[in-house]
Amino acid sequence: MRDVVRFIRRGAMTEVGDIAPTDMVLDYLREREGAKGTKESCREGDCGACTVVVRRRRQDRLVYEPINACITMLGQIDGADLITVDDLADDDGDLHPIQRAFVDHHASQCGFCTPGFVMALFALYHTSAPPVARERINDQIAGNLCRCTGYRPIVDAAMTALANPRADRFGENARETAEMLAFLNDGEDLMVGDQRRFFAAPATIDGLAALVEEHPDAVILAGGTDVALWVNKQRRTFDKIIHVGRAAGFDAIEDSGLEWSLGAGARLADVEATLGAVDPDLRELLRRFGSRQVRASGTIGGNVANGSPIGDLPPALIALGATVHLRKGSAERSVPIDDFFIDYGKQDREAGEIVTAVSVPKLGTAHRFRCFKVSKRFDQDISSVMGAFRFTVSDQGTVDEARLAYGGMAATPRRAKAAEAALTGAQLQDSTRWTEAFNALREDFEPISDHRASARYRIETAHALLGKALIELAGADSQRTRVVGQRPPTDARERL
Amino acid sequence: MSDTTDTTASDTGKRDTGSGLAVVSKAVAHDSAVKHVTGTAAYVDDIREPAGTLHVAPGYANIAAGRITTLDLAGVLRAPGVVRVLTADDVVAVNDVSPKEAGDEPLLAAEQVTFHGQVVFAVVAETRDEALRAVRKARIGHAPSMPVIDVDDALAGDAKVLPDYVFERGELDSEMKRVPRHLKGEVRVGGQEHFYLEGQVALAVPGEQGEMLVYSSTQHPSEVQEVVARVLGLQAKDVVVETRRMGGGFGGKESQATQWAALAALAATRTGRPCKVRLDRDDDMIMTGKRHDFRIDYEIGCSRTGVLRTVQASLAARCGHSEDLSLGVVDRAMFHADNAYYYPVVKITSQRLRTNTVSNTAFRGFGGPQGMMLPERIMDHIAFETGQDPLDIRKQNLYGDVGRDRTPYGMRVDDNILPELVEQLETTSDYRARRAEIDAFNASSPILKKGLALTPVKFGISFTLIHLNQAGALVHLYRDGSIRLNHGGTEMGQGLFVKVAQVVAEEFGADLDQVRITATSTDKVPNTSPTAASAGTDLNAQAALIACRAIKDRLYAFIKERWQVDREQVVFRDNQVLVGNQTMSLGELATAAYVDRVSLTATGFYKTPDITWDREKVAGQPFFYFAYGAACSEVIVDTMTGEMRVTRVDILHDVGRSINPAIDIGQIEGGFVQGMGWLTAEELVWDSAGRLMTHAPSTYKIPTASDVPADFRIELFESGGNRADSIYRSKAVGEPPLMLALSVFSAIVNAIVSLKPAVMPRLDAPATPEAIMRAIRATGGR
Repeated sequence: MRDVVRFIRRGAMTEVGDIAPTDMVLDYLREREGAKGTKESCREGDCGACTVVVRRRRQDRLVYEPINACITMLGQIDGADLITVDDLADDDGDLHPIQRAFVDHHASQCGFCTPGFVMALFALYHTSAPPVARERINDQIAGNLCRCTGYRPIVDAAMTALANPRADRFGENARETAEMLAFLNDGEDLMVGDQRRFFAAPATIDGLAALVEEHPDAVILAGGTDVALWVNKQRRTFDKIIHVGRAAGFDAIEDSGLEWSLGAGARLADVEATLGAVDPDLRELLRRFGSRQVRASGTIGGNVANGSPIGDLPPALIALGATVHLRKGSAERSVPIDDFFIDYGKQDREAGEIVTAVSVPKLGTAHRFRCFKVSKRFDQDISSVMGAFRFTVSDQGTVDEARLAYGGMAATPRRAKAAEAALTGAQLQDSTRWTEAFNALREDFEPISDHRASARYRIETAHALLGKALIELAGADSQRTRVVGQRPPTDARERL
Repeated sequence: MSDTTDTTASDTGKRDTGSGLAVVSKAVAHDSAVKHVTGTAAYVDDIREPAGTLHVAPGYANIAAGRITTLDLAGVLRAPGVVRVLTADDVVAVNDVSPKEAGDEPLLAAEQVTFHGQVVFAVVAETRDEALRAVRKARIGHAPSMPVIDVDDALAGDAKVLPDYVFERGELDSEMKRVPRHLKGEVRVGGQEHFYLEGQVALAVPGEQGEMLVYSSTQHPSEVQEVVARVLGLQAKDVVVETRRMGGGFGGKESQATQWAALAALAATRTGRPCKVRLDRDDDMIMTGKRHDFRIDYEIGCSRTGVLRTVQASLAARCGHSEDLSLGVVDRAMFHADNAYYYPVVKITSQRLRTNTVSNTAFRGFGGPQGMMLPERIMDHIAFETGQDPLDIRKQNLYGDVGRDRTPYGMRVDDNILPELVEQLETTSDYRARRAEIDAFNASSPILKKGLALTPVKFGISFTLIHLNQAGALVHLYRDGSIRLNHGGTEMGQGLFVKVAQVVAEEFGADLDQVRITATSTDKVPNTSPTAASAGTDLNAQAALIACRAIKDRLYAFIKERWQVDREQVVFRDNQVLVGNQTMSLGELATAAYVDRVSLTATGFYKTPDITWDREKVAGQPFFYFAYGAACSEVIVDTMTGEMRVTRVDILHDVGRSINPAIDIGQIEGGFVQGMGWLTAEELVWDSAGRLMTHAPSTYKIPTASDVPADFRIELFESGGNRADSIYRSKAVGEPPLMLALSVFSAIVNAIVSLKPAVMPRLDAPATPEAIMRAIRATGGR
């Protein structure tokens, strides 16, 4: 059992023990270290001004992950190398290639967002090889807002810097860093504080399950992209934080042939690679999920357990027929994900119980899948309406099963059972049955009006998204049906 | 100092600026670029806090309108770290932070609450976290009344912050009867949150005998100084306000940085300790004003071919609960309700509506963008009715020669370059061929529709409050030849400091790095105007130039006396001074002059010439000149969901002769994208109780990188220079490009029109997916 958070700063091991459980990395940097380069702007992980990079070892590789320091608790960076904008230039003041390119391309105006952009792109510098496409850069900085430049010079700077071979001192000291990180990864449970007030990060799943059962009043912290907002914005005080991020194997992603088993601790960045391979629409959905920073922190377990009415991923998981696995102490159980979401803010999870994994059946040859996210802004926004559809189609073209799931339409993400019934047994191409399904959506949902969309727009869009899926499955090229996220031109599986 | 030069710059612009310039006209980097990328550029919150600094957090009542009945702060006072609380009773002198001391903006509201988010008390605590947490312990009893929230509410109740104002020319009623075509319509234009990345912040450090030093993120240090003095019962001489840089301003820190500075200064006075206010992002969005949203109604008459004969329009603006800058903002909307088009007979009425919402304020364009929505909508509407291409309608309505060159407010447009500029952009953007391609695409594409629009911008440069068109500068030349520069303008990212430094370096023939740029400070240059109205460089660079010339005049006199060389034989170049046949460094000259007891410091003062405006009589020439530009935007719209993408943008913009093309292009593209956000995605939503629902970036969506088209072409128009005698014949560039984004909005209208609706689609801004679907639905198009 270790009672101090340990991480690397500028090549030196740093130990911090005197922290409140929810102290954020940003405050540590600005207030304790006096490192003022990293900026606070929104304090909710939506603007990226506070982006820093953590270097970690994952699967024996050194990875560079951009995170929002404002919504990351200090304990979450245990065992990592923390790099900030203050650290990039050489000691003699020579700028990092990313920084140099920013200056050369006039990519800063007021400069307040600049440190965050530099760090997001510094992470990309070490996770890409030249050349890097514009879309990839746009995606990397989707979580960084700039109000001055209009982004063009930033993207140009990134294109230039990333077109050259990688050469910086971080690459040079990678080996030493990896060794230090290996040393830091001591397999000890982390427990900073006492039984009444602590930040804990058990090193094993068993330890995690036991601690959560012992402290059912504790907040379970995964990526923290939501929990941190309760602290920062609602100013709530949490005495007990149990972080899942150090439990060995909790983030495991396994392929059992017919389905994927996604450990609850698997970060969305990891899930992106796995589910993204299942279907192009899922890949786009995950690409548009939060931002790189959010996906580097947020986990699938957190996204599901959180039970947001929108949740973005849950509608897709519902359509795919996923199962949620839970554990309390040593007792394990599984629930179809449709049943997990009970009502607004209420999930089928008991106090002291944790979500351990989500298993997702793969798509078979009889399956046709589509999902769509409609939001005010394409990147880093929450859906007004999200629709995910899986049709099981017989060789004769009959819909044997339709799983139609929506987010943003009710208090929880859920299925449109009446519309499903209207389509079941129909010929997929039979547009008279489509109309029945569209009409049935009005039985399925009575959405609310809020700042994202009106009830009327929501119901009409729910209709439109199902319509779009059906039109595409009837043969329309997505180049002709969508302004974003077009699918690859030939979809061999669907042509079977 | 007795050496103030009080003239206008007599010989600027008269020399050839096209050649022989060493620093001016060069695309040099922003002076803080290296500091930005390394995180070493210090913003107010990065200044090392003096020991013992306290932190202040504001609190408000959960009503939009009504009376506070009880204010129980006992729980606040008991909270950890709390040093004291401040209420209206603690205000030393005047409880008003409004720009003109109108008495309608209390620093701390006493009894009446007039909007949700109005500050009622403030907590002073040892840490910011403690202050923010303690705020939540307040128990406020209130008697709410029914709030007036939006434009329609206010119109129904005839609630105004100021009297209506009218521009009128010709016999509208009789002319209306004579015109062959009449069109009528309505459009709503939403507001906009500034979303400066650095929120409102101020650090107040008390000094001896009531002195107060305030570090403030403000566009208007002199007003902060005045308001701090007002609140504390001090005089201007007692208060110093310093602003090195802002992390963005956009108008949001023109009048509305004062409250937070005054709150910090009040806390510092009451505790005797340094105090900092840094608003949490959500508080900032709830407590500070935004761009005014408008309802615009119009009725026009035109010829059969679409040439305007009459325009009657009403501009109704939501001003919020107080006056703030609404007089000027709505006036500027009227000044731009013509944009680039000639209105023969016209009546433009404006209403400044009072609502129980946060007081709307300056935002890049200052009402101009909202005003321009009217003419661009009219052009699209005429095109729809006449079946012509909207570009042809625009071209034939542009200002023209004598007889078609008077604005609705009587000023002549005598520097119009738009016919040529629009023609050039039409060619370079390949408008006609793309129009044909888009028509073909739309004919074969039932779901996705493309739209194309080319719209011009004409924007008047000068503060319409004439006395603000003045600036001061302070320049020191040291014995080593280095130069320290100060002026009244503030740096918010727009590159003002580097542009002024370029002008100074050029004047002394020095390298740019010989000029040290310094923080704006009210004790160096007093009585300054806000950095606003795009006029920062126009005003401050002229003032700096005049200061430089005052020093140079003394050096010329010294040279004449010492070496008998006339000023015509003296050249400042390459860090050298050529004096007749001899060469010396600037430092050597400065040292020699110093030894001869020559003053090497000077102030410079500039006032814009030739501008007049009599608001009551609606007469004068309020603008020194106009800035021009045009943009051509292409969009694709999903007519099932309303989703939209901008696929290509071509911009041709007039900056006269650029002092720094890189900085200017940065303003153009940044302004365009900000305007695009305003018109497409940025939506402010209030609930029925008057609470802002979109008070964080999670719910209020400014553009991200992927919203900017990869195909984004920007050119500076080769104009040969400003016809007005501006600094190096350059033109102001801060605001005008924002309105180029109206091309995106018109392109969306154009895409919807391709559905061939029976009536002109009414698209309101912002054109969110839902707004686009509403417009499509209203046409019966789908």
